[in-house]
Amino acid sequence: MSLLDIRELHAGYGVMSILKGINMSLEAGEIGVIVGPNGAGKSTTLKAIFGMLNITEGSISFDGTDITGIRSEQLAEHRIAFVPQEHNVFPTLSVHENLEMGAYVRRDDFSSVMDHVYDIFPPLKDKRNQPAGELSGGQRQMVAFGRALMIEPKLILLDEPTAGLSPMFMSQIFDRVIAINRTGVTVAMVEQNAKQALAIAHKGFVLAGGCNSFTDTGQNLLNNPEVAASFLGG
Amino acid sequence: MNEIVFFINKGITSGLIIGSIYALGAIGVTLIFGILRFAHFAHGDMMTLGAFVTLILTAALASLGIVLPLPLAFIAMFPAMAITACLAIGLDRVFYKPLRQAGARPVVLVMASVGVTLMLQGLIRLFAGVRSRDMFIEAPKEIFRIPFPGASRPLIITEPQVLLIVFTFVAVIVLHWFLTRSRLGKAMRAVSDNPELARITGINTNHVVWATWIIGGALACAAGTLLSMDVTLKPDLSFNILLPIFAATIVGGIGQPYGAIAGGFLVGFSETLAVFNWAILLRPIKDHLWFEVPANLALVPTQYKLMVPFLILIIVLIYRPTGIFKGRVL
Repeated sequence: MSLLDIRELHAGYGVMSILKGINMSLEAGEIGVIVGPNGAGKSTTLKAIFGMLNITEGSISFDGTDITGIRSEQLAEHRIAFVPQEHNVFPTLSVHENLEMGAYVRRDDFSSVMDHVYDIFPPLKDKRNQPAGELSGGQRQMVAFGRALMIEPKLILLDEPTAGLSPMFMSQIFDRVIAINRTGVTVAMVEQNAKQALAIAHKGFVLAGGCNSFTDTGQNLLNNPEVAASFLGG
Repeated sequence: MNEIVFFINKGITSGLIIGSIYALGAIGVTLIFGILRFAHFAHGDMMTLGAFVTLILTAALASLGIVLPLPLAFIAMFPAMAITACLAIGLDRVFYKPLRQAGARPVVLVMASVGVTLMLQGLIRLFAGVRSRDMFIEAPKEIFRIPFPGASRPLIITEPQVLLIVFTFVAVIVLHWFLTRSRLGKAMRAVSDNPELARITGINTNHVVWATWIIGGALACAAGTLLSMDVTLKPDLSFNILLPIFAATIVGGIGQPYGAIAGGFLVGFSETLAVFNWAILLRPIKDHLWFEVPANLALVPTQYKLMVPFLILIIVLIYRPTGIFKGRVL
């Protein structure tokens, strides 16, 4: 059984529907990448998982439980973490407090997880008492990742993690995504930089107009001339 | 030396007193704005309401013949703070929460809070009448006269003023501890920073909203009680200081609790120093001055005291709309 299973998902804001039948499944330990042109419904798919919009049809199941239409407050309890594209840190809280907030739903001792996060993102350790809003874009992204890792998620959803970052940071972020994935965390990621993202993906989903247009392994999608011609810029 | 004593009594002490009241009120307004994103106009009447709850409890204590080393009203204030906190949560449940859940825009909530203001004022007048009341039921308030070296006049401070300053000091420390050390306090700052991310992170927004009303309501009750202990309790007592409190909130930076404290004292001191008669301080050195010292040299006549917070507000909104502590822009 898949860890994440999305079937025939129709969803939108109010009466306007944006997703018109999305199918997606991820096995535990995989990286799934969602690519497609602007307005294809990539970020909307993530938001639909999060209960941020109206689901009119279809179902989402996670780890054997139906989570269709779940409220965003409840996701952390299912150990699903979400890193939004922007505004993904608490700017006036210190780096350390941001990580603590990530562990808000945990009642157990999470100090080892926090040490682990500081090991993955060493720059954060030096800036632990600095407000997250004062950090550079790349470091803020690290705080956002770190915050998400605090619940030791089974699934982490990333919305365009490299948007607005310099190419140097971009490859660093992809490295970190692979590193996080190697610790057993399933990753579902929306990306603009389709080629680089598909290169690290176990599964790729090309969306267009709110539907799946191609679903395959990341490598196969990269090699598919039709995908390359219409979505990867040749 | 008498002139300096006069300055301390009329300038410094008064500024500290009114500043503390503004700060206690502004903390509530700024927290409510930070978490719930609307300007809570009924905050002044929540202060009056709290003071009346204290008065009822004080009367009950006095009728039992209880005598304590501290004024009864001050003792009764603590249970009254708890009751006012519950009333604040109740007001939220009945009037604001349904609007929030219906996705109303902030301006609708502001209008609702104006409605709550009118309702509370009406209810208070209905049950308590319009006359002013003394909070000191059992004994008159104590006045401390502290001799000042080299001066014939003493420094004057009353017992409720001492209690007010001490209470504000302790409240600020406790609030600071709560916001920076406790899990719920940090969650409040997180919700104030980014409500959507807070929800995703699994922070229980309901708990945060309750905490906001508990702190706002309790401090409003304390401010109302301590203010009416300093003067007298009137139904329109706190409504009149609502505007300076909003000025303090905006000057400090909306959504910033420390800004609210700083803003409260800034507005409080500006008010008292603006109406202070500076001629008194100049008189002893009048022989060395090149100009004639007039009898009254206040920056603003006392009747126009309320103008001062507005002036500060206008200057801040033009030159630093985020306030001292970089809050939100309205």
